[in-house]
Amino acid sequence: MPFEAQDRLALTLLNRIELRPGTQIALNTIEFTALIGLGAMVAGFLGALTGLGGGVVIVPLLTLVFHVDIHYAIGAALVSVIATSSGAAAAYVREGYSNVRVGMFLEIATTVGALVGAALVLHLHVSVISIIFGVVLLYSAYASMTEHEHASANAGPDRIATWLKMDSTYPTENGFESYHVRGVPQGFGLMFVAGVLSGLLGIGSGAVKVLAMDKAMKLPFKVSTTTSNFMIGVTAAAGAGVYLRRGYIDPGLAMPVMLGVLAGSLIGARLLARARVKVLRIVFSAVIAVLALEMIYNGLK
Amino acid sequence: MEKAEQRMDEMMGRLLRTGVILAAAFVLAGGAVFLARHPEPVTNYRVFQGEPEVLRTVSGIFHEALALHGRGLIQLGLLILIATPIARVAFSVVAFLYQRDWTYVLVTLIVLGLLLYSLLGAHA
Repeated sequence: MPFEAQDRLALTLLNRIELRPGTQIALNTIEFTALIGLGAMVAGFLGALTGLGGGVVIVPLLTLVFHVDIHYAIGAALVSVIATSSGAAAAYVREGYSNVRVGMFLEIATTVGALVGAALVLHLHVSVISIIFGVVLLYSAYASMTEHEHASANAGPDRIATWLKMDSTYPTENGFESYHVRGVPQGFGLMFVAGVLSGLLGIGSGAVKVLAMDKAMKLPFKVSTTTSNFMIGVTAAAGAGVYLRRGYIDPGLAMPVMLGVLAGSLIGARLLARARVKVLRIVFSAVIAVLALEMIYNGLK
Repeated sequence: MEKAEQRMDEMMGRLLRTGVILAAAFVLAGGAVFLARHPEPVTNYRVFQGEPEVLRTVSGIFHEALALHGRGLIQLGLLILIATPIARVAFSVVAFLYQRDWTYVLVTLIVLGLLLYSLLGAHA
């Protein structure tokens, strides 16, 4: 596609980075790609180390720092969510933690939700999406701060869960332990909400998924986190399919985001065993909270 | 039974890993072509315009990728990435068929149908 010289100049000035209000730097494609890739890599790295996922900070990073339109940003973020969740799920399924039946059954709710969320994007104003995004980010930051491994009170069998053969076992220090699943309708409802948020905001909604399985369905902590990871890729794929067909996924933008987040999360996962995650998690949660407030502020403006 | 399930899990893990690696390879190759050919910006990301038709449909993307266009190759990589969880669900349908677990054959078929609808059938 040939460009007139003046069009080229005009376009060069369009993709800018704004570090402080009023100071803008114009970037060429390679600089723009490299900076976004670097940012995505840091996001993926911190996301993997803290367990928050890199996807949550991609949209604020792209919209607040690079001034990318939120629709392009959501498309690129969704793609990176699929990459990291599939990469991580490959490692988890082998260990026998994730409950495939629970995951598959709840995926009905999350995929329907994702389709609804992706349809909602068309009807909601950018400022409304921005505010919802900020609120969900704040919740994610809060949830990760208060998250702790607790012994699940192993309640008795539940009629629906028994019928759906959801009760299972998971590996512990004392060998495989069995557990009962409860609260299937509540979990299903919360998963629908998680799906809507995923399709609307381009995030994995891991926080809401864990809430559904941990609190409502009383799954052991390790089982709910790994099953959630197992489901995130499928939920994001449902949203991404719609976004791709609607033209929200731009290859030039999604390329550095996907590769950056993937590389960052792989490095993060490798370092996970040695890192002092607790401090890092507090810092990253604080960063997320600041980004959340800025998203809300931008939406209200 | 336990052994068969374990083998299924391993195959599922391999499927996911292969999908992600293949997708990343296409995105990387496409990215190199794209950056080499377009040192100047082609898209203004501040204003949403939407992608052209050829980068939005499965047939269009294959066409662009076969022509070795950078953006087409990236988009093909992203399509492989989106297809990876879909392939995993399809794999689960087979796994539950193998176990004669009809409830979950139905459950996984519903999820698979929803995913295919989102990629191929949903109104843009």
